Amino acid sequence: MKPTVLKTVDLTVSFGGLKALNGLDFELFEGQFLGLIGPNGSGKTTFFNALTGIYRPASGNVFLHGKEITGASPNKVYDYGITRTFQRLRLATSLSVLDNLIIGNQRNLNFGLWRNIFDRKYFKAELKKQTERAENLLSRFSRDLAALLFKPVASLSMIDRRRVEVCRALISDPKILLLDEPSAGMTPDETRALIDELQDWRAQHPSLGIILIEHEMELINKVSDTCVVLNYGEKIAEGRYADVSNKPSVRAAYLGED
Amino acid sequence: MRDIKTKLVILLGVVLSIVVLYGFLYLEHEWEIGLLLVALPVAILVLKRTNMLSDYQQAARAMPKLTLSSFIVGVLVLIILLRDEHFALLMLTTVMLYVTVSLGLTIQFGFAGLVNFAAIAFFGIGAYSMAVLNHHFNALPDLLIILFSGLASAFLGALLILPILRTRGHYAALITIAFGILLRTFLEVNDVFGGPQGLKVDGLEILGWNFSNSFPSLLGGGSFYMAYAITALLLAAVAYLFTRLIEASWFGLNMDSVRLDEVASASFGINAPRWKITAFMLGNFFAGLAGAIYAAMSGFIAPASFNFADSLLLVSIVLLGGIGNAVAVIPAALLIVVLPEKFQVIQEYRLLLFGIVVILILRFRPSGLMPRGLRQYFPGSST
Repeated sequence: MKPTVLKTVDLTVSFGGLKALNGLDFELFEGQFLGLIGPNGSGKTTFFNALTGIYRPASGNVFLHGKEITGASPNKVYDYGITRTFQRLRLATSLSVLDNLIIGNQRNLNFGLWRNIFDRKYFKAELKKQTERAENLLSRFSRDLAALLFKPVASLSMIDRRRVEVCRALISDPKILLLDEPSAGMTPDETRALIDELQDWRAQHPSLGIILIEHEMELINKVSDTCVVLNYGEKIAEGRYADVSNKPSVRAAYLGED
Repeated sequence: MRDIKTKLVILLGVVLSIVVLYGFLYLEHEWEIGLLLVALPVAILVLKRTNMLSDYQQAARAMPKLTLSSFIVGVLVLIILLRDEHFALLMLTTVMLYVTVSLGLTIQFGFAGLVNFAAIAFFGIGAYSMAVLNHHFNALPDLLIILFSGLASAFLGALLILPILRTRGHYAALITIAFGILLRTFLEVNDVFGGPQGLKVDGLEILGWNFSNSFPSLLGGGSFYMAYAITALLLAAVAYLFTRLIEASWFGLNMDSVRLDEVASASFGINAPRWKITAFMLGNFFAGLAGAIYAAMSGFIAPASFNFADSLLLVSIVLLGGIGNAVAVIPAALLIVVLPEKFQVIQEYRLLLFGIVVILILRFRPSGLMPRGLRQYFPGSST
């Protein structure tokens, strides 16, 4: 049995009277690829936002490696090694790909006034290090991506933007990667390409835990070790996709069957 | 070989700009300036069509240090050429002080995304600090007093940090507007600061050289404005260099990130308040320094010299030039400061015309006359 990395106990997030997440118990093992599914408005993205400190949970606890991190700020969560992508891309589109990746690698940047502004020799060396790291990551993640390093993100195609956003989340060597519907706005072929690349990455980094929010069931079936199904902020099923997808409650939530 | 060509292109560009600048400042008749204003866009269009403009831009990007130092030398020559022209020198100095303030706004607004409609208030704090400190602490060296005036502006501006961090967009802008009005009223009702009548300010005296006397005849003589013009040039050059270095470092990168997407920035460990505070204080520091020199130069300041309209003028310099582009504020400041002085018509309807200019710019060229390019950390680092 692999050790638990992330665990939530009775996690609740409410907006006014609405409980967007209601008493969620959740567990992620080291290196697990977990699919998070559920109809629109079932609380999937809310769960990510509660984990990453964008929303503050009303009650319940979050543990990372057994240490409580409930209500930690986004900055802290990043320091703990949890990074994410967003459903609607949140890249800095007017900046270059390199700039975006360096933003993702905050942890390893030096912010001394002297080292940034006055000791330009030092800064040049640091920039070189960061550029090499970014280039290396891009070329390992996807063929041809490294050629876009100095292009503005605004000039990239949708799939390349998605790739850059995933790379921005990977560059700091996180322990847990949260992917919020990476297929949104992409063709099935593009989605397949991205998922293949993710699986390759995972094969090379076996300890990285991934939680994937996705509407494409085929994708979930293909890549996830296990699934969690949410509906109205509650967990209604959990297990291998093949088992979960046949559950009457899950079918009812998705298709509205009685 | 390519090096020599690059250097020649830069020198040519600098000489050409200085010649145009000389004409712009020296010519007095409205028809002369009008001719220049018609000829200039045509010339720029021709340079653009023949790719000479992009050659120059590439050259300047490849050798930024040479470009900056040639421009400094060029403006020094210009100051010497204009040595007996009080009014032209006054305009040139005002332009350079406004460039300094606009560079501060570039850091605040262009990098960190903080709208500041109180630029002239921070300029005013610098000016009043200069007046008060120079009067009461005569023993202190004036360079130190200029520095203190900048710091006074930055730290009084710190009062606004909390409300600005807690608001966004229009609301943050409203806070700065309110601050500008409050400051003016405060100065008007306080007798310590001379009330509405204002204060007399002693001229600068650096290393025993009193700036308010005419330029030493040993150095060729000339208007007393020469010394202030040179000081303002040095200040603007340092502010420009510093702004550029900020942009080409992790500081500028993080400020850009905070401006473009605060949520994403937070998710990657960027402490947004830290960068907003840095940008805000730094920008106000620039404004304070410029204000101190302005006060010493004009010899007299009053609350009425620091109008809300002037803050708008400064914001429109940044908008007209190109938000976040440090070079762009220079031609924009020139146009906005000098044109009204040359055309009486514009002087009267100044604000109306600038309002129209800002609307046209926002409608047809929202990134300004010279849009900001991709970040270049070092010459040639992004290839």
